[in-house]
Amino acid sequence: MFGYEFYVDPSRCIGCRSCLQACEECDTHRGKSMINFDFIERRESISSAAYVCWHCDEPTCAQVCPADAIKKGEDGIVFSALKPRCIACNNCVIACPFGIPKMMIPEQQMMKCDMCYDRTSVGKRPMCATVCPSQALAYVRPEEIANRREKPTNIFYFGNQKITTKVFMMAPAEREAIALDVVDYMWEENHELVATRG
Amino acid sequence: MNWLRRGGNEPLWKEEFSVRTADERYVTRRQLTKFLVLTSLGMFVGNIWILVRSIFYKAPIYPQQPVAQLGEIPVGGVKLFSYPTKEDHCIMIRTGEDEYVSYSQKCTHLSCAVYYSQGENRLECPCHNGFFSIKDGAVLQGPPSRPLPRIVLETRGEQLIAIEVKG
Repeated sequence: MFGYEFYVDPSRCIGCRSCLQACEECDTHRGKSMINFDFIERRESISSAAYVCWHCDEPTCAQVCPADAIKKGEDGIVFSALKPRCIACNNCVIACPFGIPKMMIPEQQMMKCDMCYDRTSVGKRPMCATVCPSQALAYVRPEEIANRREKPTNIFYFGNQKITTKVFMMAPAEREAIALDVVDYMWEENHELVATRG
Repeated sequence: MNWLRRGGNEPLWKEEFSVRTADERYVTRRQLTKFLVLTSLGMFVGNIWILVRSIFYKAPIYPQQPVAQLGEIPVGGVKLFSYPTKEDHCIMIRTGEDEYVSYSQKCTHLSCAVYYSQGENRLECPCHNGFFSIKDGAVLQGPPSRPLPRIVLETRGEQLIAIEVKG
């Protein structure tokens, strides 16, 4: 939209949580942050990762929605579940390989990052990207991101499921895609850290 | 309704309720008009067909079939038989010394077999509690909307003969 793309680089995240605060300021979901914020290997490091919805080309959340509540707009944004349709069944929460959708129990509605549609649709930058001091969440033109050492990719493999997305992830330059075998990762013997700890 | 659709390999539900707002398909005015015209045409043809059939309707000829001997069943007793074909099960009740009545056993609601309830003196369908009068087969209670078809009986000598189905 307007020549900008969203780039997520968890290696730059300093864990300041500015994005969470900024996201709460968004008028469409005031007071509720739609940023997914995780710590990575909490016991071993202080590294953190903030990320937004990847806005898949074939959104799994929308495909599993029995109420036809989740829609992908013409500019590629996957929106929160439509309030009159959402039945709060949690299908999307379970299905999304990235763990993005959030079930808001008081509202009985799934809400997720819509890339600040009220802002990006008129050419402004999303709240989180405007405040991120290390630009781990960056909403810039592709030529600006090309200067970085990492290269953006929007191809993910979860086992056999290939997902292409609208939002880019900054990956090591030699990597074409990001592959993750979820089951393999969960299997303790193969998981280095879990295995060493016994 | 494939012939009403424009080309596409997706299943119809996926096409109509697409994940993408841009691909959502609504029924067009032309589609609706086509549907309305064809449906009313179908109903018109159906009505003509019913009319033609009623013009050429001939009253069916029923066979005469002995069903029981007089005095074969006691007063308040029941005999089951089939009339006019083997598939049409009927029930005959001796309601008095010389009175016999007979009805189709098929409930007019959902075709369960009705049985005679001696205590209540009525025909009862166990499926949905539809009750029928023993006098003329009229509905006393329950979901059936039409009375039971009646089998007309005739006494010839010592024999009861079924001669006709009424209703």
